[in-house]
Amino acid sequence: MFRRISKPQTNPIMLDFEGQTIYAQPGETIAAALLAGGVNKFRVTQEKGSERGPFCMMGVCFECLVVIDEQPNQQACQILVEPGMKVRRQRGAAEVVPLGGEVDHGL
Amino acid sequence: MISRFDAIVIGGGMLGSAIGFGLVREGLTTAILDEGDVAFRAARGNFGLVWVQGKGVGSPAYANWTKLSSMLWSEFATELQGRTHIELAHSRRGGIHLCLSESEFDARAKLLSTLSGHQKGDFTHEMLDRKAVGEFLPGLGPEVVGGSFSPHDGHVNPLYLLRAMQRAFVDLGGVLRTGSRVLEISRDGEGFLVKTGDLKIHSARIVLAAGLGNRELAPMIGLKQPVRPVKGQILVSERVAKFLDMPTTKLRQTAEGTVMIGDSKEELGFDIRSTPRVGKNIADRARRSFPFLSKMKVVRTWAALRVMTPDGLPIYDQSKLMPGAFAASCHSGVTLAAVHALTYARFVANGVLGDELSALSAERLNV
Amino acid sequence: MDYDIIVIGAGPAGMTSAMTAAKFGAKVLLLDDQPAPGGQVYRAVESADERTDDILGIEYAAGRRLTQALRSQHLIEYVPHANVWQVTDGHEVGFSSGGSARLLRAPWIILATGAIERPFPIPGWTLPGVMMAGGAQALLKVSGLVADAPVFAGSGPLLYLVAYQYLKAGAKVAALLDTSIKSSRLKALPHVGGALSRWDMLSKGRSWMAKIRKSGTQIANNVTELRIHGKSAVNGISYQTQKGLSQEIKTENIFLHQGVVPNVNLAMAAGIEHFWHSAQLCWHPKIDAWGRTNVDGLVVAGDGMGIGGAEAAQATGQLAALGCLAELGKIDVADCENQAKSVSAALVREKSIRPFLDYWFQPALHFRVPSDETIVCRCEELTAQDIRDVIDMGIAGPNQLKSYCRAGMGLCQGRYCGLTVQEIIGQETGREPEDIGYYRLRPPIKPIPLDELAEMEADPPANEN
Repeated sequence: MFRRISKPQTNPIMLDFEGQTIYAQPGETIAAALLAGGVNKFRVTQEKGSERGPFCMMGVCFECLVVIDEQPNQQACQILVEPGMKVRRQRGAAEVVPLGGEVDHGL
Repeated sequence: MISRFDAIVIGGGMLGSAIGFGLVREGLTTAILDEGDVAFRAARGNFGLVWVQGKGVGSPAYANWTKLSSMLWSEFATELQGRTHIELAHSRRGGIHLCLSESEFDARAKLLSTLSGHQKGDFTHEMLDRKAVGEFLPGLGPEVVGGSFSPHDGHVNPLYLLRAMQRAFVDLGGVLRTGSRVLEISRDGEGFLVKTGDLKIHSARIVLAAGLGNRELAPMIGLKQPVRPVKGQILVSERVAKFLDMPTTKLRQTAEGTVMIGDSKEELGFDIRSTPRVGKNIADRARRSFPFLSKMKVVRTWAALRVMTPDGLPIYDQSKLMPGAFAASCHSGVTLAAVHALTYARFVANGVLGDELSALSAERLNV
Repeated sequence: MDYDIIVIGAGPAGMTSAMTAAKFGAKVLLLDDQPAPGGQVYRAVESADERTDDILGIEYAAGRRLTQALRSQHLIEYVPHANVWQVTDGHEVGFSSGGSARLLRAPWIILATGAIERPFPIPGWTLPGVMMAGGAQALLKVSGLVADAPVFAGSGPLLYLVAYQYLKAGAKVAALLDTSIKSSRLKALPHVGGALSRWDMLSKGRSWMAKIRKSGTQIANNVTELRIHGKSAVNGISYQTQKGLSQEIKTENIFLHQGVVPNVNLAMAAGIEHFWHSAQLCWHPKIDAWGRTNVDGLVVAGDGMGIGGAEAAQATGQLAALGCLAELGKIDVADCENQAKSVSAALVREKSIRPFLDYWFQPALHFRVPSDETIVCRCEELTAQDIRDVIDMGIAGPNQLKSYCRAGMGLCQGRYCGLTVQEIIGQETGREPEDIGYYRLRPPIKPIPLDELAEMEADPPANEN
């Protein structure tokens, strides 16, 4: 569990994470907001279905990948929160869906 | 190390590994001598197409050879996978060449009808309009007017193919030496003596399959292999959930989900740098072909040097000066891997090339 | 769009390079991938409050001097959130900003992309809840977040610093498991003279350790057999004490660290030659005193040239800029050499402790070359066993290995596995690092969407040949 050491600001930014409301601070990354909200499993790997979470916090490990507003493989530690974002775990490979096409996540 | 073999193959790339595997399969003791983890090998620069359409236009010999390989490929893949348990991800369910304008379409139709003309039913293809292409390929961009389809085409994981051929070679008793650049080949009685920096090996047969290195080596066995590098650049994407089963000439999705995108041709000598302007052109055509890939991320690029002959056709030769010495160069090492392993190797073992390859000798080039 | 110098990276080296260059009238573009300047060491310093300054220390707060000076220098065009994905050997920088890709040309390009933490492959290191200590520090700096009673494991100044900062923040630290080994310390002894000349730095380190000891945090030295436990997330860590006893600590957060290494991807992909540094056990670019490389127009500054710390980074940043300014004719050679004299002297002083630190905290071989079951390539989920299986086939080097099993082909492009794979090859074959080599790195060094590349706007190409 991560906790905040300073008092949170009075107007938090709200994001949706798989149906859960996450309260974020302005200027905060999605990774930090999720961790503060008790979430540390951000993605599931394609080959072995292993759960992974944020690791380096500086944008070089690519473990903190999430889907943001249907954009896959976004680095949560590099993107600042914006009100109303819909974030979910990156499960398996990125979904790139052609109109009318089907996808197989390979899990 | 043993110093006497039935055959030595110089070059452990796509050609050398296929031929080497074929030779041990025929029961010949064989060594493959390979340079090492060095810059210019084409064998790690393959797109992975096992492709028939468009090959050998105006050259029935090459078209036949390609078609033969395509027909042998499935059993070849099955055999390699059985021997090595390495998953090759080979599939042969047809392939498409996309045309992004009427003039491209017309030119393609003309090219392939020439091919069909001299192959007389042995090569099947169809020119498909946009709607028909759409039955095979999802999300086509508005500029796609149609394409050519051939049921003979397929694709494979080229890196795993190389690994599997080398594994199968070694498992059958072949000796694979890396870090062994060949410096000299000389006649030794009825056979050959090959010298590297630290080795001296004797053999009854010798095959030059050293790609661009063949140019320098061929004269040592009284042959000419006028090959030159033609650079190709490729973009590779992040892993994407499977959306594309059928390969196209310039874009295909691999078994692990990455999308490989080409192609380009540059004559810049021994230059394998990835350059942004060429990358831009490749990316542009890809997203015009499949607009839904616009946000897909390019994760890396690479470039490799095709082993190109003056007319683009392979060169297969046997030395008259030194019988038992052979040289082979081509830029379709993946497509031809099956026929190299299962047919060409037998020619070498027998000591003479089959008639099907006589039109592909360097003599046609007046060198 | 005529820039004299493009600087990549807005850490201490990049900021100082840019400011030195601008001071002498050069037109500078400074590109950085973060939202604010500071690099890693001064991350988020502009927005840090008093409490954060107090926790992180005066050296951190001092970074604000640099960022404020940067902001007031109008000859510098500073672009945050810029993803630099390629530097060519033809004076060009490819980068994306605001969804658009550009290819810009400049006669001089300074790479100041800094360092990353060395991989720390131990069983369980990929479980959610495990982070690098630098990552934990970033969370503290930027978002004021601390974990509940984490375990810190590894060695090196940054590990102790972050544990110390946690305690200053009022957070509890469950344990500090130190993996430093005696043989590294023995190797460091011949260099103790240099260390003693920087008594100030040594005292700082000792004060961190004193506070950690005083806090009652459990400290174990010389630990081996580190193993992280948990099924889908961390629930503990076990280790063997120096007396050979097996211990386990329950925790949900583990922070690992065993040193930092240059982030070589951009430099290597640009064709800059590197050599193996046997004390720091990593690749350094081959450079001259001005940071110039084998590639015309490309200069390296900061920790990216070799780990030296924030103060050294400022010095090398200055030298890099001075060299470029002289080449551009913005200062004359005599002036340049004069300016450089005092900077070089400062640099010598900063680096005097380096050999001692490099050896003292040199990570043990057993933590660099892991057991078979340990994941080595995190992105492609390959274990050390997978790597060894490929080596057994008789591969020529890491590039052939990469093509046979995909190690290094994932999104991080070898940053967290390259050194490990190279060292496994060394262990299995007995070959030296320079002989083995490293992955051939290629652009883009960070992913770029297909349409951005397709719509890239390029400066006109130089007249070729």
